[in-house]
Amino acid sequence: MRTPIANVRGLGSAKTGVHHFNMQRLTAIALIPLALWFVISLVCHLGASHAEFIRWVACPWNTGLLALFFGAMFYHSALGIQVVLEDYVSHEGLKIASLVASKLAHVALAVMTILAMLRIAFTGA
Amino acid sequence: MAEFRLPKNSRYTDGKKWPAPAGAKNTRTFKIYRYDPDSGENPRTDIYELDMDGCGPMLLDALLKIKSEVDPTLTLRRSCREGICGSCAMNINGSNGLACTVGLDELKGDIKVFPLPHMPVVKDLVPDLTNFYAQYASVQPWMQTVTAPPSRERLQSKEDRAKLDGLYECILCACCSTSCPSYWWNGDRYLGPAALLAAYRWIVDSRDEYTGERLDELEDPFKLYRCHTIMNCTNTCPKGLNPAKAIAETKKMLSMRAL
Repeated sequence: MRTPIANVRGLGSAKTGVHHFNMQRLTAIALIPLALWFVISLVCHLGASHAEFIRWVACPWNTGLLALFFGAMFYHSALGIQVVLEDYVSHEGLKIASLVASKLAHVALAVMTILAMLRIAFTGA
Repeated sequence: MAEFRLPKNSRYTDGKKWPAPAGAKNTRTFKIYRYDPDSGENPRTDIYELDMDGCGPMLLDALLKIKSEVDPTLTLRRSCREGICGSCAMNINGSNGLACTVGLDELKGDIKVFPLPHMPVVKDLVPDLTNFYAQYASVQPWMQTVTAPPSRERLQSKEDRAKLDGLYECILCACCSTSCPSYWWNGDRYLGPAALLAAYRWIVDSRDEYTGERLDELEDPFKLYRCHTIMNCTNTCPKGLNPAKAIAETKKMLSMRAL
């Protein structure tokens, strides 16, 4: 029995959204050179042995760029999937559950990926 | 999850066929969405074969000819018949537009006429725009100042006045908002292109002193940031306005404010 304007005003403005918008664009800009470098590097290693590839990952420049690439990529992916879930999952409980699951999965994947690379960098295996 | 099919009682079936009068040589076929809430039946699409001799050049002329001469139960909104009132907005051959400014010669083949998409239907081609109007009201589309009103008019330079061109002309026909998929899925929380264009019209008005408060109100993941620059709004606007640009400019102002 609420008035139409009460429905529209709802709980008011969340006063958030700019940071998400800015970070989505910032990570997108960072990913242009990083993704190009990553794909070209992979193509250059077609047919390389496991040991050669490990040596490539352990090179400090490559480790750093890989960490930046995966950091930006998982951050960008988390932001993008959040928007998709907010757009299409209309059931409120399911929406919150899927947003939490997506955030946790992205953090976990990013941490594990970067730790795996650091392990290669510092132990060579 | 999002619903990709209409609810069972909203799916339309084939309706009646209204043949052209005997001897009519110049006919066109109109497939028109019909829904009568009082009947308890599902919506249907009626097919009208209309004798085009003596029919005016616009789609609205044809719809009114059907209503006057063939089927007086056909329900639609119309008023000015010159594209300024926005009443006769509807979905014409898959695109939103004003029946009064769409020429029959612009439409190829059989003409399909449906109400504006994804809105509750009151009857036939008449959508319920209550939420749409409330969204417009929610952006407080009037001048707000902290300064006491001057005794004469508020002055504005020609350059500042020019910034309102392409914004003030909106007639609130709802073609843009109802063409927007983000508005379809989240129209209860996303303000939609028409309300956001109106909000930007006051944000850039040099005489308004509530720019910050207006931006505060819009900074919300749903109210504003559901816009994903799909551009249907700009493509469909019968007045040739660009709501997508107004929304992008608003986002830009919010970003600049935070930097």
